[in-house]
Amino acid sequence: MEKIIEVSRLQHKYGDFQAIQELSFDVQQGEVFGLLGPNGAGKTTTVRLLNGMFEASGGSISVMGFDPMKSGEKIREKAGVLTETPALYERLTARQNLRFFGVLAGMDDQQIERRSDELLEMFDLSPRADDRAGTFSKGMKQRLALSRAWLTNPKLLFLDEPTSGLDPEAAAQVRELIADVRQKEGTTVLICTHNLDEAQRLCDRLLIMRQGSTLAIGTLSELRKLVSPGMWLEVQLLSPFEKMDQIRAIAGVLSLDVHSLQEVKIEVDSEAAIPQVVSGLVALGALILRLQPQEIPLEQVYLQLQNSNHKSNNGHNGGTK
Amino acid sequence: MNWRKIRIIAWKDILEVRQNKSVLISMVMVPLIIMVVLPAVMLVVVNTTGSADALNDPDIQMMFERIPPSIAQMLGNLNDAQLSVAMILGFLFAPMFLIMPLMLSSSIAAESFAGERERKTLEALLYTAATDTELFIGKALAAFVPAVLVSLVSFIVYTVVLNVGGYPLFGYVWFPLDTWYPLVFWVMPAFSALGVGATVLISAKVQTFMGAYQASGSLVILVLGLVVGQASGLIYLSVWVGMILGFVVWLAAGVLFFLAIQQFNRKTLLYQSAH
Repeated sequence: MEKIIEVSRLQHKYGDFQAIQELSFDVQQGEVFGLLGPNGAGKTTTVRLLNGMFEASGGSISVMGFDPMKSGEKIREKAGVLTETPALYERLTARQNLRFFGVLAGMDDQQIERRSDELLEMFDLSPRADDRAGTFSKGMKQRLALSRAWLTNPKLLFLDEPTSGLDPEAAAQVRELIADVRQKEGTTVLICTHNLDEAQRLCDRLLIMRQGSTLAIGTLSELRKLVSPGMWLEVQLLSPFEKMDQIRAIAGVLSLDVHSLQEVKIEVDSEAAIPQVVSGLVALGALILRLQPQEIPLEQVYLQLQNSNHKSNNGHNGGTK
Repeated sequence: MNWRKIRIIAWKDILEVRQNKSVLISMVMVPLIIMVVLPAVMLVVVNTTGSADALNDPDIQMMFERIPPSIAQMLGNLNDAQLSVAMILGFLFAPMFLIMPLMLSSSIAAESFAGERERKTLEALLYTAATDTELFIGKALAAFVPAVLVSLVSFIVYTVVLNVGGYPLFGYVWFPLDTWYPLVFWVMPAFSALGVGATVLISAKVQTFMGAYQASGSLVILVLGLVVGQASGLIYLSVWVGMILGFVVWLAAGVLFFLAIQQFNRKTLLYQSAH
């Protein structure tokens, strides 16, 4: 698959402050890639560097085949950006906002009109198309800002905190729209967020950043393996079970977390081990009331990675750096 | 350079200015007070008393005494009342006319540059494919063109007020005097450009519209200097003085524009916003 973004050993300094250090990652065409990290981790700076807004102090970047330091303008023409705030001209109508950014992107009047109608419809803003953006609710403003980012049919879209400051309903609506439009238009999306739920729902791969460098990168399941090599099964038994220790002997079981004589969490090496564990428990005489595989939520993965001081050097893909 | 992009940047800024009451009020009130209310009051006073005694002021008397020969020749056939009106509204008021392009261009430029940062729309604008030069020219034109147009319209209104109000006294169309042509078509655009250049430079340093507007407002001191210069008989805005003054102001505006363009690049602007 074509790599749409390639970043290698990227560095950036604000004066004496090293904002980005030795950051390396790539984004494949069509995927939703998430940059995760606390405030100040360097997510927004990375997006600015990818768009040629800042000059890198080291390393190399290629975005859609262009070097942002030399051809930032070409990247900005082909990519869409949603900044942290909707950044709309509130005294202009929704349609005027789209027209303004359309002309600056080099679209002709007919293209702008056709695409604006399409996006206003898609983002459910058609009835308010000729109202000033300043009269819109936060959610509507964010939807209009998303339409603006999608206006040029971009091959690549940068979304910086797309649901920040929205109420849960509006945030869910925006997330749904991102997923829908991305599917319809096949856009590659790079999302900066510290909303872990959003990252888990939307992203195919994630880069967890800390202090401008890579903490971990990979798919969610790859990241889960970094904090826990197997998967957990939550088991509830009908009656007290005395032979908890013997569960360890069942093939595929890695560890146990006994809560009570009727409740136990079993870590297994893979999904394939589940039938063996079930038959092993039955063979030991356990009466299983409920057995539920548990996936470690991204939040737990993220917090464990952020909190751990240990950094291994397992390479970039599917590993910590 | 893409003129379509420059036009849309200027169009957007002008559209925003038209909907900004504080800027719009200053665009209407300043010309109204300087170019209509003040001269109208003076003409009413002179017409009512029918005498120059109404304007008997030591400063004006000092002006009369120090009139250069070229101007004295231009006003040679006027009686005392006519001379008083011509001196005050034709000469003393001339620098006041220059307050307008300065104030208007400064307020629009402040709204356009610092206002963009204040309303947090700057970053989205910088993420567009417009070049730094296109952004700068578009924004500078958005401040320069309305300032020049409003000043021109004000000049026309002033001409009408002076001739209609002054008709009982003069009996003919006496205004504009020759000295006003270089002022209107040469010095006034230069002052507009100066206002834009200074405000862009100041806007790069301050975070808010009001900060930029107030700092650039200090340029009015230049105009007040001209008022005092004329009142004290030190300088008269004759045709030649107007031409030289215009040249100096254009030069100053050129230097400010050069410095402003050096500062106006998205990396610096974003860096300032980030800190």
